[in-house]
Amino acid sequence: MTGISVAAEPELEHEIGVSPPPPRLDFEIVPRKGLIVVAVVFVAVIVAIASNKLWPLMFLHVAGGAAWTIIDLFLGLVLGPILGRLSVPARTELTTKLMPKMLLIMPTVVTVALAAGWQLGNKLGFVFSGYPNHSWVVASYIVVGIMAIIALGLLEPANVAVLVELKKPQPRPEVIERLMKRFIYSAGIIGVLQIATLVIMTKLASG
Amino acid sequence: MSTVTTEPRLPPVTQIGMASLALIVAGGIYLSAHLPEHVPLGPAVVLLALSALLLAGNLAALSRVKGFAWHRFFQIGRWALLAYAITAGMIEYAFLQDGLKGGALVVLTLSLVVYAVHVPMLIAFTVARYDVPARAQAP
Repeated sequence: MTGISVAAEPELEHEIGVSPPPPRLDFEIVPRKGLIVVAVVFVAVIVAIASNKLWPLMFLHVAGGAAWTIIDLFLGLVLGPILGRLSVPARTELTTKLMPKMLLIMPTVVTVALAAGWQLGNKLGFVFSGYPNHSWVVASYIVVGIMAIIALGLLEPANVAVLVELKKPQPRPEVIERLMKRFIYSAGIIGVLQIATLVIMTKLASG
Repeated sequence: MSTVTTEPRLPPVTQIGMASLALIVAGGIYLSAHLPEHVPLGPAVVLLALSALLLAGNLAALSRVKGFAWHRFFQIGRWALLAYAITAGMIEYAFLQDGLKGGALVVLTLSLVVYAVHVPMLIAFTVARYDVPARAQAP
């Protein structure tokens, strides 16, 4: 999505009482420099899985999982409600700086945590049905599955759509409001589900 | 009136897409929860087939929408498709690395195909629904 250019659209009427359109902003929907970091991280995951050594897998799973959990909790339960109470210009500015980074960070940390975690589970035997706490492992699959459906179906599309809207010559505040509301509510639900992940993962780690 | 409220009547693409993803997630959990035992593939195949049907239905319903911003849909969709093909490829690599084979590999690979098509479609749809069709942009 790095090369997206948004063509000018005709003048559109806005509802009376709706905030004035924010000015056109210059930003990258997908930060190109960030793609290099993503590529390096993905190569590290592939190497860790191929080598199947404990420490790299543990490091990537814990680092990726911790980043995923903390970002979701912070975004959903702290930053989200604050964002909702900001003025339109302040919210727009924060959105244009935050959302492009989120577009790279979230899929990357989720992929790292899950790929390394699955391999780690295989190596340590956690994913096999004979493992004593296997029901907790299955519970984690269900929680991660629900989070994935919300993230892939609601959060990620809203993230991309709000950035494309902000790139337009005349971004429509009502569209941005609607998409941001969807993003913040989705992040909030995922944040709450992350608490369940913390409970399950600490239970598994303590045996 | 706001353009948000006057957008063309659209099929429930997001809801159907999420239902489709839920079905393949359920199939994946069913298979992985029983490792390393061999479990009947029937339930996972049924879930995958239903998921693929929802994907096909979603594509068919969306293709009938008049006045949809298809240029934006394909512009966003192709990049999203590339991104999700890469993540699907990484997951497939992990399956192969773990020695997964046979029917379970086929079911999980096809589930990844549904995932790699349906998620970009949802992203492209969400962007395009708030856009104006190419013809309407002409001066």
